[in-house]
Amino acid sequence: MKHTLVAWMRDMPGVLNRVSGLLRRRNFNIDSLQVGHSEQPGISRMTFVVDGDEHMVDQVIKQLRKLIDVTRVDDISEKLCVTRELALVRVRTTPETRSEIIQIVDIYRAEVVDVALDSMVVQIVGSEERVDSLIGLLENFGLMEMVRTGRVAMQRGSAERRKRGSSVWRAHANGLEAATAKDLFSTSGV
Amino acid sequence: MQSSQNGHRNGHRNGSDPAWATEPRQMKGSQMVWEALVMEGVNLVFGHPGGAILPTYDALSSYEAEGKIHHVLVRHEQCAAHMADGYARATGRVGVCIATSGPGATNLVTGLATAQMDSIPMVAITGQVPTNLLGTDAFQESDVVGVTQPVVKHNYLVTDVNELPMIMKEAFHIAREGRPGVVLVDICKDVQNATGWFRYDLPVDLPGFEPWPEVDATVIRRAADLINRAERPLVLCGHGIQLSGMSKELLEMVERAEIPVVTTLLGTGNVPESHPLSLGMGGMHGEAFANRAIQGCDVLIAMGMRFDDRITGRLDKFAKQSKIIHFELDRAEVGKNVVPDVAVIGNLAETLPALLPHISARRHQVWLQELNEWRGETTQIDIINYEVDELIPPFVIRQLWHCTKDARPIVVTDVGQHQMWECQYYTHDHAGQLLTSGGLGTMGFALPAAIGAQMACPGRLVWAVVGDGGFQMTLQELAVLKQERDLPVKIAIINNGFLGMVRQWQQMFYDKRYTGTPILSPDYVKLADAYDIPALAVRHPSEVGPALEKAINTPGPFLIDFRVKEEVNVYPMVAPGAAVDELIRRPKPTVVQGYSGVEPSW
Repeated sequence: MKHTLVAWMRDMPGVLNRVSGLLRRRNFNIDSLQVGHSEQPGISRMTFVVDGDEHMVDQVIKQLRKLIDVTRVDDISEKLCVTRELALVRVRTTPETRSEIIQIVDIYRAEVVDVALDSMVVQIVGSEERVDSLIGLLENFGLMEMVRTGRVAMQRGSAERRKRGSSVWRAHANGLEAATAKDLFSTSGV
Repeated sequence: MQSSQNGHRNGHRNGSDPAWATEPRQMKGSQMVWEALVMEGVNLVFGHPGGAILPTYDALSSYEAEGKIHHVLVRHEQCAAHMADGYARATGRVGVCIATSGPGATNLVTGLATAQMDSIPMVAITGQVPTNLLGTDAFQESDVVGVTQPVVKHNYLVTDVNELPMIMKEAFHIAREGRPGVVLVDICKDVQNATGWFRYDLPVDLPGFEPWPEVDATVIRRAADLINRAERPLVLCGHGIQLSGMSKELLEMVERAEIPVVTTLLGTGNVPESHPLSLGMGGMHGEAFANRAIQGCDVLIAMGMRFDDRITGRLDKFAKQSKIIHFELDRAEVGKNVVPDVAVIGNLAETLPALLPHISARRHQVWLQELNEWRGETTQIDIINYEVDELIPPFVIRQLWHCTKDARPIVVTDVGQHQMWECQYYTHDHAGQLLTSGGLGTMGFALPAAIGAQMACPGRLVWAVVGDGGFQMTLQELAVLKQERDLPVKIAIINNGFLGMVRQWQQMFYDKRYTGTPILSPDYVKLADAYDIPALAVRHPSEVGPALEKAINTPGPFLIDFRVKEEVNVYPMVAPGAAVDELIRRPKPTVVQGYSGVEPSW
């Protein structure tokens, strides 16, 4: 199962290396990793998607929390959250296909950000599914180049939980009752 | 900050609290290093100089002249790390080693990894090329922060002299607080030469560092409840008991509730092994009764240990019948290999005293009787009971125990067969008696670590028990014994002409194809003589006792080369991938009275 983790870390030289080194050393599989500034000066925010079982995700979180520069790690996969990805796609165009592509781009509420005679660059921001879906359509016209940022995520205002499942396992792994597990894994405490 | 609040909680490990300098003083970066060490109560460093650390060595001279800091010159940087490691293991204080850039720093890596794997507090200081040459593949440049990152708790590259004092303070704080570990500080040469303001009174601010987790009182009550209801309880005692200084409290608990104790390799001695409740070491080379106890208990109380593969054997068959309570400081170790039923997270120095009042007095006669039956069966086939006329390693270790037990020595072992024999045949009766490389299994550890331990405890008897393979990896440090004014480390070489543990595996799992394991040794007596160290070679059992006595009674260092029987195996043994109770037992005793010319079949 895929988990979305958010980590906050001090904006120090080499901190990205520490995180990626840890993930490699512990043999964790990472689908995507994105890092940028957070609302706090001097603190970077990293969003990454881990593919693995509960045991692995539990270890990823705990090992990350041991890094001195990492101030906080949250697993937000089971919470209501907004997840977005940005993609830039250079698609091949001909005079015949150009208007059709623009129609598709409009339907997806994407944007054409650059036009040339034989190609155009489409920008889309949305959930990964929407990005996947648009790219699937554009592939029919000939994809020349593509770049995706990877998932960024933020928890929604209400903190209701959608599913159980994994937190129960993790509570067990840490010898806790399921009810207290939520506190351990969803609050800011390191 | 929570971390600084908690600093005093574990005050007994902090050593002497330095008097904080409140007046900022202007000084060179090189001097700041030593000033910080003095502030941290360090008076002993192990190191080797070189180009990029020269300014710092230059600044050392006045500190040495004033007697504030003593520097031990090593012959290879790996041994500087091992010595600092031995020093830290013997005292519980932060060990310090120092090396130059490039090869100096890369030579340290094995020693850093050894200490980190065994949770030993250590600070390593390395020189680095000047900042303007960083990244240019300059002479003796290596990316030390990158190279050491996976094997340390944290590391720093210092490029600004004004950051140096705080980094030094953070380094000691991180190394010491929480689960101890290694911190490396890599200092550019121009930073050592630059002048800046030194102040050491500012509090450490590390928001991402939570060394002492809050203890949950309800979890402790649940643990106590399980322990009180257990019919066949067992304590599995690890290094954490020693690191937190809780061996007395543990003994109090197991005596009150009559709980037998199995230890890990690094947990040996935390409950006296001569105590009737002690079952000795468990795991790969643990005695059969210890491993059967693990597989037969109904509540397993794991304290300060991490369920390493050498103790668990095959994980999916490990203590399946039992409820598991895991006392552990490091959250990441909980649920990593074994998922416990109750996890008590926190400093054992808090959790164990909090647990004690809830433990009721119990008797477990049925359980103990069963264990003692298993124990009796093992004793019958013990190799020590074989009567032979040859020198076998377990006999040497047993004699060493006879001769030294009253002196409460520190025994430092290398890695391999002799290490396991030492565990099995030396009865460790107090915490910290055995220093050994457990997690990383570093050959060559013993001699330098013994030097570190001896420097830390000048009045104590220190024995280095080494194999002929491991000893040849770091024997150049014999010179340190002489240079440090006849440091009285006693060395016992268990010399069997093989890399014995590897040979044992080749014999058992690779059809006796001994590739790369027969090892030639020099004449160790002559070698010791070249270093002006008195030495003896021992070939016969009757010479063992007198040789040991002579070593102990000779002031200064002494080396004994025990020429033991070659192909003796360590039994029992859990084959890799087997459950801990699926042991390869000792072969049935063939009693040979005197030397019969018949090869005994162990």
